[in-house]
Amino acid sequence: MEITGYQTESTTMVISSSRWKKRITFIIAYGVLVLTTLPIILMYLWLLVSSFFEKMKFGFIPVHFTLENWEFLWTNVEHGGSMLPSIWRATWNSFVFSGTLTILEVIIGVMAGYALARTEFPGRQALMKTILLLHAFPSVALLIAVFYILNFMGLFDSLWGVVLVKTALQIPMTAWIIKGFFDDVPWDVEWAGLIDGCSRFKVWFSIVLPLIKPGIAAVSIFSFLSGWSEFLLLYTFILSDENVTLSSYLQKLISDPNMVNYGMLSAVSLFYMFPVLLFFLFTQKSLMQMSAGGGKGI
Amino acid sequence: MKIELRNICKSFNKKTNTIDNMNLTINDGEFVALLGPSGCGKSTTMLMIAGIYKPDRGEIYFDGQIVNDLEPKDRNIGMVFQSYALYPHMTVLDNIAFPLKQQKVPKEERIKRAKRAAEMVQLEHLLGRKPSELSGGQQQRVALARAIVKRPKVLLLDEPMSNLDARLKIEMREEISRIQRELGITTILVTHDQEEAMTMADRIAVMKEGQIIQYDTPMELYYNPKNYFIAQFIGTPPMNFLKGKLLNNQLHLPNSTVELDCEFWEFNRKETEVHVGIRPYDLKLGKNGNVYIKGTVSMVELVGHSKMISVKVGNEQVRFFAEPNISIEYGSVIEISTQTSSIHLFDAVTGRSLKKDGMNKGLVKESVYN
Repeated sequence: MEITGYQTESTTMVISSSRWKKRITFIIAYGVLVLTTLPIILMYLWLLVSSFFEKMKFGFIPVHFTLENWEFLWTNVEHGGSMLPSIWRATWNSFVFSGTLTILEVIIGVMAGYALARTEFPGRQALMKTILLLHAFPSVALLIAVFYILNFMGLFDSLWGVVLVKTALQIPMTAWIIKGFFDDVPWDVEWAGLIDGCSRFKVWFSIVLPLIKPGIAAVSIFSFLSGWSEFLLLYTFILSDENVTLSSYLQKLISDPNMVNYGMLSAVSLFYMFPVLLFFLFTQKSLMQMSAGGGKGI
Repeated sequence: MKIELRNICKSFNKKTNTIDNMNLTINDGEFVALLGPSGCGKSTTMLMIAGIYKPDRGEIYFDGQIVNDLEPKDRNIGMVFQSYALYPHMTVLDNIAFPLKQQKVPKEERIKRAKRAAEMVQLEHLLGRKPSELSGGQQQRVALARAIVKRPKVLLLDEPMSNLDARLKIEMREEISRIQRELGITTILVTHDQEEAMTMADRIAVMKEGQIIQYDTPMELYYNPKNYFIAQFIGTPPMNFLKGKLLNNQLHLPNSTVELDCEFWEFNRKETEVHVGIRPYDLKLGKNGNVYIKGTVSMVELVGHSKMISVKVGNEQVRFFAEPNISIEYGSVIEISTQTSSIHLFDAVTGRSLKKDGMNKGLVKESVYN
């Protein structure tokens, strides 16, 4: 009995020391992570707190709880001597902009990606190389040229004009990503569809597209988010209040450095962020599973 | 449906022909295997029959009609792929019913027919599952059911059993043969496994480098291989080969000289180098036959019903089967022999068989009707 007792004691000692070793590595890992992410978390926290208080003493002590900063939600707010456009108008415009962008991008990207992945045509290799090059161009470099074109087409100061420009700039990357997903779909599945009585288009639509659903989901999410956060093109090519989007609305609040209302700025920023957070919550599952299947071992 | 391929050429790189001037006729209801090593163009041939690839030259006829430009969907074929190519986003039932859906068969009838096809391959209990929830053998059955559900005129099988384990392979082999016979459907099987082709097909087209080397019944291929390649390729364990010299009607082997009957063999007055082929099953222990070989035992494998013995003769290995109760020691020198009628001779340069037509014909018939 004594011997057994001794043995258990020693084994528990071994276990606890190895447990400690494991814990220590965890503690170090988490410690480093917390230290590096803390500034970011604190910034968001500051944003949240400052939007609900009249002012921040010494920059970080909140004074006087108020909902005044959130006034823009129910009334039209005056800022720097002029009336700001309605936030709901801006939100609607932002949704229209991102939504149309997403739809256009997915439709064009899915077709272009399939053509790049599955068809042989002269200049295919060259086209694929230039696509990557195109993506390397910063959109700022094109601002003036784009202005001339939009003006010529009568699309200046219109959301649709900017949607087209943004779509054109995004398509190369979208098509490229989608092409990768099409590449993963085995030819056999497509041939099976042809033999089972589909036309090429029908195979594409009813067999291949469902297989790359995760890819389509990922691309739509990315394009929606990039549309939502687009600022430069919208700020440059849209002037009227009626076409304002949330990012330009935010810019109006900080355009004059002497007149910035930080409480309101925080509140609008949070409001701008909120849909994105919601969107992420609902779509992160499809973002995680980025692979297409088919064939054996699906 | 009768399928004819006439002077078919197909090339993928403009330099060499993957399929080189191929002619093949498959009769209605026949089960034909395309057999050959990988890369010999057998899958390409099948995909051309399916309409996925278009031949560069030549014509494909279905029942006398040219179908070169007919889309796959209009050819009324069913196909099983090596990877099964099931639609992963559909259930088993939807997978099987998919070809019928494309033909706009009303839903009720569609389901009824899909269920009947599933019953044929014993899948009726798995209809609601997704392909990813099935084992390889079950997936293969789904693919087979999907191929036969629309009652096609032609069934194409592209190495359908290469992903199955040995036991399942034998089961599926029987199942496919049974279904083929029940439906009386013209079937083409692509395979590199000669045993599969031998057991299932009515006729086999042995291919090499884009050409059909011999197109015959399994028995003819086994007993009368036209050349060295076929002789090497057909039969397990493979045929034994010894180097020999042929001078007039005398065949010189390492330890013996045999006189051949000029009625059955082609030979000229010059000395010719030949490959002498003997099937392992034709060799017997002892000196009873008129062709005999002496060698050292290098390996003894017990395979249940008999012992497979490898003998080293010069630089060649010769395998034969002996009774399991005979004790043979490693390294001992033994003598084995066979009859002249069982040997095959191939010209060492051209590979052509030197056997004249007509020899062994009686033997083949006998075996066929056994």
